[in-house]
Amino acid sequence: MLPRALTTTRRAYASHPPKARLNISTDYSSTPLLHHSAKSALANKELSAEARNGTTQRINLFQAINSALAHALRSDQRVLLFGEDVAFGGVFRCSMNLANEFGDDRVFNTPLSEQGIVGFAIGAAMEGMRPVAEIQFADYVYPAFDQIVNEAAKCRYRAGSNGDAQSSGGLVIRMPSGGVGHGALYHSQSPESLFTHIPGMRVVIPRSPTQAKGLLLAAIASNDPVIFMEPKILYRAAVEHVPAEAYTLPLSTAEILKEGKDVTIISYGTPLYTCQSALEAAERDLKCSVELIDLRTVYPWDRQTVMSSVRKTGRCIVVHESMVNAGVGAEVAATIQEGCFLRLEAPVQRVAGWSTHPGLAYEKFNIPDVARVYDAVKTVLEY
Amino acid sequence: MASKRAFGLLEPLAARRTSRSELRRTTQCQRRWSSVSQRPGSDRVHFPGAVNSKFTTALAFTRPAELEAMPTYRILDQEGVIVDKSRQPSDISSEEMVGLYKHMVSVSIMDLIMFDAQRQGKVSFYMVSAGEEGIAVGSASSLSPNDPIFAQYRETGIFQYRGFTPHDFMAQLFATTDDPGRGRNMPVHYGSTKYHIHTISSPLATQIPQASGAAYAVKMQNMHNPTDEQRVVACYFGEGAASEGDFHAALNIAATRACPVLFICRNNGYAISTPTLEQYRGDGIASRGVGYGIDTIRVDGNDILAVREVTRQARQLALEQGGRPVLIEAMSYRVSHHSTSDDSFAYRAKVEVEDWKRRDNPITRLRKYMESNSLWDESQEKELRSEARKSVLDAYRKAEKEKHPPLRSMMTDVYEELTEEQIEQMQKMKKMVERYPNEYDVTGYEGGLDGMNVDRR
Repeated sequence: MLPRALTTTRRAYASHPPKARLNISTDYSSTPLLHHSAKSALANKELSAEARNGTTQRINLFQAINSALAHALRSDQRVLLFGEDVAFGGVFRCSMNLANEFGDDRVFNTPLSEQGIVGFAIGAAMEGMRPVAEIQFADYVYPAFDQIVNEAAKCRYRAGSNGDAQSSGGLVIRMPSGGVGHGALYHSQSPESLFTHIPGMRVVIPRSPTQAKGLLLAAIASNDPVIFMEPKILYRAAVEHVPAEAYTLPLSTAEILKEGKDVTIISYGTPLYTCQSALEAAERDLKCSVELIDLRTVYPWDRQTVMSSVRKTGRCIVVHESMVNAGVGAEVAATIQEGCFLRLEAPVQRVAGWSTHPGLAYEKFNIPDVARVYDAVKTVLEY
Repeated sequence: MASKRAFGLLEPLAARRTSRSELRRTTQCQRRWSSVSQRPGSDRVHFPGAVNSKFTTALAFTRPAELEAMPTYRILDQEGVIVDKSRQPSDISSEEMVGLYKHMVSVSIMDLIMFDAQRQGKVSFYMVSAGEEGIAVGSASSLSPNDPIFAQYRETGIFQYRGFTPHDFMAQLFATTDDPGRGRNMPVHYGSTKYHIHTISSPLATQIPQASGAAYAVKMQNMHNPTDEQRVVACYFGEGAASEGDFHAALNIAATRACPVLFICRNNGYAISTPTLEQYRGDGIASRGVGYGIDTIRVDGNDILAVREVTRQARQLALEQGGRPVLIEAMSYRVSHHSTSDDSFAYRAKVEVEDWKRRDNPITRLRKYMESNSLWDESQEKELRSEARKSVLDAYRKAEKEKHPPLRSMMTDVYEELTEEQIEQMQKMKKMVERYPNEYDVTGYEGGLDGMNVDRR
């Protein structure tokens, strides 16, 4: 029999303060950001006609990734999938059954070396393959930083007129990223802004299973190398109807998830759910109308969609999980003040992780929550 | 490369290195490997990580300093005489041999001219390959012209051997409109789709894991097109670069994935100023190949016939059983400075360099052999040198007058297509030049100011 103290201990990271009204967990089963019916999933105007006329499967985000990878491997002989522990299905199950279906030559384990994985992938891409390399956690991508910054991003540029044959186009580097409540320093990071400083790479972060499938297939088809960061908390949490057919969604194109008149909220990945909860509360309490934009690709990003929204609303908040300093929000805010200065009714707000590391016990105070986004809406309205 | 050999279209948190909870929870874990188990009474260990190790009761450390160094293969001695008379170089015609010699001499003459050109301020930078011409030319001569190559920056001989003309070299060195790199790279960073050589990148060793991946691509293409020529990838680097993590990652992944790649290390004794004694301990770079389970050989890099023969056999080996990596450590001495930015007499004695230059280098060694076999004489030597000099100088004088590529090349090719942001920035820069015409000189660029016009490509 366990001591009573142990049996009654609740997992602190699954709870919220008893009187909380804003900071309550996302209800993924009802959020309007996910497709809860086949009809809603197939109404997506970005889908190809085949996908729209097909059926849907109700799957989570790792299954959507798996479905995209399976389609890519099936339809294009040049596609390879490899990384640490990929062959047995991957530690997040994204590559389940793929080694069995497509063989050890195309889906395989590598030695434990991120610089080796990415260097190998770049070379395979330069010789005509379309390699999908998995870094087991975004927190471990840094040994590969040189290969990404100095090689993948620059291959085409330095090869010049040889660029079509010597670029790293077709390369996709996938990595799970972001907080899950208990990942601490080395299983929580979202290093996307580091890669947005590097022209030559496309940096993509999907918010949902549907987005993950379409954006991943677009990334594999792209002739530019892509960093594809998968919010790992959504692997199992986000479940929705996803078109069963293969389809691509456009890279470097933002999506307006909800139209509004008074405030624009710009985000990507997991915090979009936080933003959705916050805007619902703000619209109810503050009688305002909020527009929500998913950047989807954080570099090169869709500046025009964002700026035309801010020109309409005059107020803007950028929300992301990773640190505020030199984050994606800094670039978005600077672009907005350059492009929309006369239309701004309030300073651009950034709601982001603080300038510290993701310490284990402090995640709830570090990652943007509903209250902080709500408060930012209030701030820009009252300015 | 990609364009030539691409396939047609056919149709909760697990802590990475610690937590097993997620793994245990998965129900569909696929068992894909056979287990290694220990037989009772066996005299050998059957650990998964050392499957055939004998048990012993003698406690003895393996001491590398007490082991014999790996031997160095050669055909010719320093006087250009065949060491083992029973083993004549068999696979090479006299014309081919003279051809190799001419390539080495051409490279060395271009090196002299361009080193001086840099000193006179005509080009910004240059790197010679004096003393190492034999490694580049000799190995290239045993590859198929279709084998992709990843080089470092001291392998001018492979470009020369595969067909680069003085015009091709000068276009890159002077960053003219004919430079495939569109004026973006420092001098000597050549590249060619036509000759299957990937564009040189300055960071050391980054090309080595790429070569492993490229070789895996080639392996797959070999498998799918068994009636086509079966190819390997060749990868060149220096002994200094072999200290980088990328080298180790590359050999390990090439071994585990059985990639048909020749790792060709030029061990020239120096990484800029750092001598090998401060670069590594152990038996050179070759001993590392053995550690990774890779077939390895050491060769005298000043003996072009030995380099050629070793590469020929290594290439065959690399294609056996579907493919495997081979490591070649070619020993030489960098008789030149590291680059035009380096004065090596600050860290080594001039007498040491002169001694090597005089005593042994690949060009004089082959010349001695050819002369003693009546394949070459002084008049041919004079003619070769004067012709090589003339053709380099002709190309040099033409290139000197050429313009740089249009200014939009600053921005193109970062992505397959220009981004909306880049187009806006290019237009901004053009307006800037128009507003301050005296602050910028656009005359050296093709099309001048109009070269800044951009569209979506």
